[in-house]
Amino acid sequence: MENFSVFDIIGPRMTGPSSSHTAGAARLGYIARRIIGAEPARVHFTLYGSFAETGRGHGTDKALIAGIMGFMPDDPRIRSAYKLARDAGIVVDFTWSEEHAEHPNTVMIEAEDVNGVETSIVGRSVGGGNILITEINHLEVEVTGDYPTLIIEHHDVPGVISDVSRVLAQLGVNIAYMKVFRHGRGDNGAFMCIESDNPVTPEMQAIIGRLCPAVHNMMVI
Amino acid sequence: MAYDFETGAELIKLCEKEDIKISEVMLRRETEIGDMTREKAVAEMRLNLKVMRESVNKGLTTKVESVSRLSGGEAMNLYRYGDLDPFSGHETCHAAAAAMAVVEVNASMGRIVAAPTAGASGILPGVLIETSLSRGWTDEQLIEGLFSAGAVGMLFAKNASISGAAAGCQAETGVAAAMTAAALVEISGGTPMQCLDAAAIAIKNIEGLVCDPVAGLVECPCIKRNGMGAANALLSADMALCGITSLIPFDEVVSSMYAVGREIRPEYRETAKGGLAATPTGRQIAANIKRMSGQRD
Repeated sequence: MENFSVFDIIGPRMTGPSSSHTAGAARLGYIARRIIGAEPARVHFTLYGSFAETGRGHGTDKALIAGIMGFMPDDPRIRSAYKLARDAGIVVDFTWSEEHAEHPNTVMIEAEDVNGVETSIVGRSVGGGNILITEINHLEVEVTGDYPTLIIEHHDVPGVISDVSRVLAQLGVNIAYMKVFRHGRGDNGAFMCIESDNPVTPEMQAIIGRLCPAVHNMMVI
Repeated sequence: MAYDFETGAELIKLCEKEDIKISEVMLRRETEIGDMTREKAVAEMRLNLKVMRESVNKGLTTKVESVSRLSGGEAMNLYRYGDLDPFSGHETCHAAAAAMAVVEVNASMGRIVAAPTAGASGILPGVLIETSLSRGWTDEQLIEGLFSAGAVGMLFAKNASISGAAAGCQAETGVAAAMTAAALVEISGGTPMQCLDAAAIAIKNIEGLVCDPVAGLVECPCIKRNGMGAANALLSADMALCGITSLIPFDEVVSSMYAVGREIRPEYRETAKGGLAATPTGRQIAANIKRMSGQRD
């Protein structure tokens, strides 16, 4: 954050008490909800490190639930998140883990949506309300949620990255950041995380799917 | 960028070159760094002021209670007492109460504006909104004050820190008091140099203050330190406005505050392992909260 805005100093507007333990947690839940993509039915949260240690007093649990229901970090309804989740028929529960995590403010979110699809997400609150999603379905990723993000699962064959970036360029999508990941050598699953200035629409996804045969799954956040 | 600045000295030069206030430099800078127009930036700040005012009013008119049940209601009590015959004077006492009110609201999971952080979110709105009532300042004046406060806060963010975990409480309630003092001076017609003198005086008062929150929560001692920070801001502004200067220039005060902050051991930087958090009572409270069920509406 080199080039500060005045609103980095006077702001953000947020629901208290903590930018990392409440606002960041709400944002983690919110981004998780967008990754899940559908109404969640059952969600299990495992909190690690400082989240587990001081999360109760900071309302980290309520913020995560609120986020998973799609509330923003400044939503005053965060306080009543348990009740609102009950009313919405979403089953939530928590493990306050004493296991060590790499980052002190880490949460694992295991969700089952209304269609029975299961998603697991690991993320961390990195300060000032900012977050980083580090794992989706046990695959390493780096998603900040600051930009529209496209996650592409593809066969690990030559030329996929240039195919995808060419199609995105033709669609007028400007790539801000791009990272590639894979699970060892050979075709064990490879991923691209593409953060762009403008969002990738469902129509654009269909075009990518048609023009890039090595791509077999796409997720938009 | 014509209106960017890295130091207090550069900021003063920009103000003097065009004979404009700190708030005007900050506003022009904001339109340069992003795609925000001047109108949009002012509207965004107006929205911050609205949420600030709501948080002050909520904390002074309702009995809020924190999630941990450790805090709430003291701001209201002090505000009423401020109507009597407080040693600190009506205005100071009311401003301190308003500052505490915001942080009580924050601890109760209410909505606040971080200024510069959630833990120090009371001082700027508490002081500005209370003094505006007794002095008849308009929202336009307050918005200007917020931009000048933002400029001072940014100088600390760039050249030191605004994080208790990095540099102790001096970087949170200290910086908030410095920002507020500068805003008060600008609104009262002081020069840009007097604004920075006021900010320097405020920081010098609490240089070295550690961050030692009981149970790691933004409540004890944060709420009362916001009250004290309000008084610090008011008196620092008074000193600067009557012509008292800071012998050590603002930029050097910022550097020294950061140097001291880096010397503060990790136990005293928001880890809740030292200071008040490590007292027998502090530890007992932390143990009780850990046992608390998370599920409470």
